[in-house]
Amino acid sequence: MNWYGCWTLYSRESRRFLNVKMQTIVAPALTAIMYLIVFRYAMGDREVPGLEVAYFDFLIPGLVMMAMMQNAFANTSSSIMVGKLMNMQIFLMMAPLTAFEVTLAFLAAAVTRALIVAVVLLLVLAPFTNISIEHLWMIMFYGITGSIIMGGMGMIGGMWSKTFDDMALLNNFIIMPLTFLSGVFYSVKQLPEAWQTANHFNPFFYLIDGFRHGFLNVGDTDPSQAIIVVSIATLSTVLACWYLWRAGWRLKD
Amino acid sequence: MSYALEVKKLTKIYKNGKQALQGVDLSVPEGSFFALLGPNGAGKSSLINILADTVHPSSGEVTLLGKNLFTERKWCKQRLGVVPQEIAFDPFFAPRDILKIMSGMFGVKPDMKWIDELLERLELTEHAKKNARQLSGGMRRRLLVAQALVHKPKIVILDEPTAGVDVELRKRLWGFMRELNDNGTTILLTTHYLEEAEELCDQVAIIDQGKLLTSQSMASLLDSVGSSSLVLEYHENMTMTDTIQNKLAAFSPRIEKNTVSLCLKKNDSGQNNFNDAYQTAIALLGEAKSVSVQNEDLEDVFLRLTHNGNTV
Ligand SMILES: Nc1ncnc2c1ncn2[C@@H]1O[C@H](COP(=O)(O)OP(=O)(O)OP(=O)(O)O)[C@@H](O)[C@H]1O
Ligand SMILES: [Mg+2]
Repeated sequence: MNWYGCWTLYSRESRRFLNVKMQTIVAPALTAIMYLIVFRYAMGDREVPGLEVAYFDFLIPGLVMMAMMQNAFANTSSSIMVGKLMNMQIFLMMAPLTAFEVTLAFLAAAVTRALIVAVVLLLVLAPFTNISIEHLWMIMFYGITGSIIMGGMGMIGGMWSKTFDDMALLNNFIIMPLTFLSGVFYSVKQLPEAWQTANHFNPFFYLIDGFRHGFLNVGDTDPSQAIIVVSIATLSTVLACWYLWRAGWRLKD
Repeated sequence: MSYALEVKKLTKIYKNGKQALQGVDLSVPEGSFFALLGPNGAGKSSLINILADTVHPSSGEVTLLGKNLFTERKWCKQRLGVVPQEIAFDPFFAPRDILKIMSGMFGVKPDMKWIDELLERLELTEHAKKNARQLSGGMRRRLLVAQALVHKPKIVILDEPTAGVDVELRKRLWGFMRELNDNGTTILLTTHYLEEAEELCDQVAIIDQGKLLTSQSMASLLDSVGSSSLVLEYHENMTMTDTIQNKLAAFSPRIEKNTVSLCLKKNDSGQNNFNDAYQTAIALLGEAKSVSVQNEDLEDVFLRLTHNGNTV
C-alpha cells in the first residue's frame, strides 16, 4: 500500500473544496436555510400524517442528508471532470497509486466534505428546531454510507461524462429525481401504494429514512432491511469505482 | 550491457482501428541519452504513453531495469518520470504545491531542497506561488519537466520537452538534462529539433508509421549510413522514373526539383564510392550544372530513412 500517496491524494481532494469554502460549504448552508424559511411559513405547525412529528422537524434531517449527498457527488465528479478537461488525470495514472488507493482517497475526501457540510448545517439549523440526536450510530452509518455511495456515483459520473453537458444531464435526469423522490420532503406513508412500493427500490430512500430515524426515532423502513440494502449498495458502488478506475474506463485509450 | 528499458514486439491499435505501433523493439541502455525520433504521427507518443501507463498496450512486453513493467507497475513507476507531450496542469494549485503533491503521490515525502532546486533550475522560482493557470505555455512545460523529476527517477522520458520553449531556455534545459544524465539518469526523449538531438544524444532510434527503422549509437548512425551525399544540380527539374530508381538503387536516390542527391557509402578502407556514383549518374542523367558533396547530418539521415521507409 502506498499510504503516503493515498494520503496526499486525499489531502489534495480535500484542499480543493476547502480552498473555495464559499462555494462548497457556505452556499449549501444558505440553500438549506432558504428551503427551511419557505417551508416554515408554507406549512406552519402542521404535522406529518401518521408520524406525529412537526413537518418542519421532519424536513431538517432530510435536507441535511440531501446536502451531504449532493456535496459528496460534486466533490468527486467535478474533480474527475476538471481532471479530464485539463488532461490532469494522467498524473494519477503515472503515479504508483493502485485503483484501490485512488478510490479510497477520492471517497474519503467526498465523505469529509459531506461531514463538514452536515455539521455546519446542523449548527446553523439547531436554534430553529426541537430535534435531537437519538441514535448517533444511525446518523453516522447512513450519513457516511450515503456520502460514499454518492461520492462513488460522482466518480463514475465523472469518468462517464465527456463534457460538462453530460454531467448536467446526469445530474438533472438521474441524481436529482432520485434524491427528490426519496422522501426528503414527505413520508412515504403519504404516497399512493404503488409509489410506496417503488420507493423500496430506491437506495436513497433507505439512506434518508435511516438518517432521519437517527434524529426523530421514527421511520418508514424496517431498520434491519435498510442496513442490508444500504451496505450492499455501498459495497457495489465502491467495487464499481475500483473496477472502472482500474480498467481506465473512458479515461485511457 | 544492462538496459534501462527493453521494449519487445510492442503494438498499439486504437479503438478507431488505427495501428499506431506495429511491433516495435527497442532497447535503451542504462545511462544513455537516447533520442527517439520520427515524423508526426510516427507513434512516439503512443509508445511513451504506454510506458507511462496512460494508454493501454495492445500486445508486447516491456522490461524496466529488469522488471516487467506491466506486472510490477508500482516498482517501475517509482523509478520512472515521464513528461507528457500534451500540456496538463492542476488549475487549483501553484507550482510549488503541485510539486509537493506529485512527490507525495509517488509515496515520497516532499524534499523541499530538491523542489527548490528544480524550481530554480527550470527557472520557475519567481512563479512558484502563482496559480498554475497564470503560467505561460513554456512555463507550464517546464513545470511538467519538474513534476517528472520530483521523485528522483532513474529513468526520465520526455515527450518533446522543448516544444514551445524559447531558444535560450531550451539551451539551459538541455544543459540540465545533460547534467542529470552525467549523474547516472537514463534519458529518453523525443524532439523535432534534430540538430539538438545530434549534438546531445548518444543513442538514437528512428520510427515511422509505427515501425522501428533504426536504433544505434548516434556516432555510428552518422558515420556508417552514408556520411555524405553527392548532389547534382541540373538546369531543368528532374523527375524520378523507374529506370533511375533501379539503376541508382545502390545510392538511395532522392530528387527535389532540379537536384538529385545520392548517398555515398564508405568501403572498408574508409574510401567512399564517389566515382562510382558520379559515373553512373552522369551516364543516366547527363552532365550536371554543378556537382557537390554534402556531408549528411542527422536531418538528412532522418529524411532519407523516413521518406523511403527503408530499414538500415
Ligand atoms: N487516442 C487516439 N485515438 C486514435 N488514434 C490515435 C490516438 N492517438 C494517436 N493516434 C494515432 O496514432 C498515430 C501515432 O500517434 P502518436 O501521437 O503516437 O505520434 P507521434 O509520433 O507522437 O507524433 P507527433 O510527433 O506529432 O507527436 C497517429 O496516426 C495518430 O493519429
Ligand atoms: Mg507525439
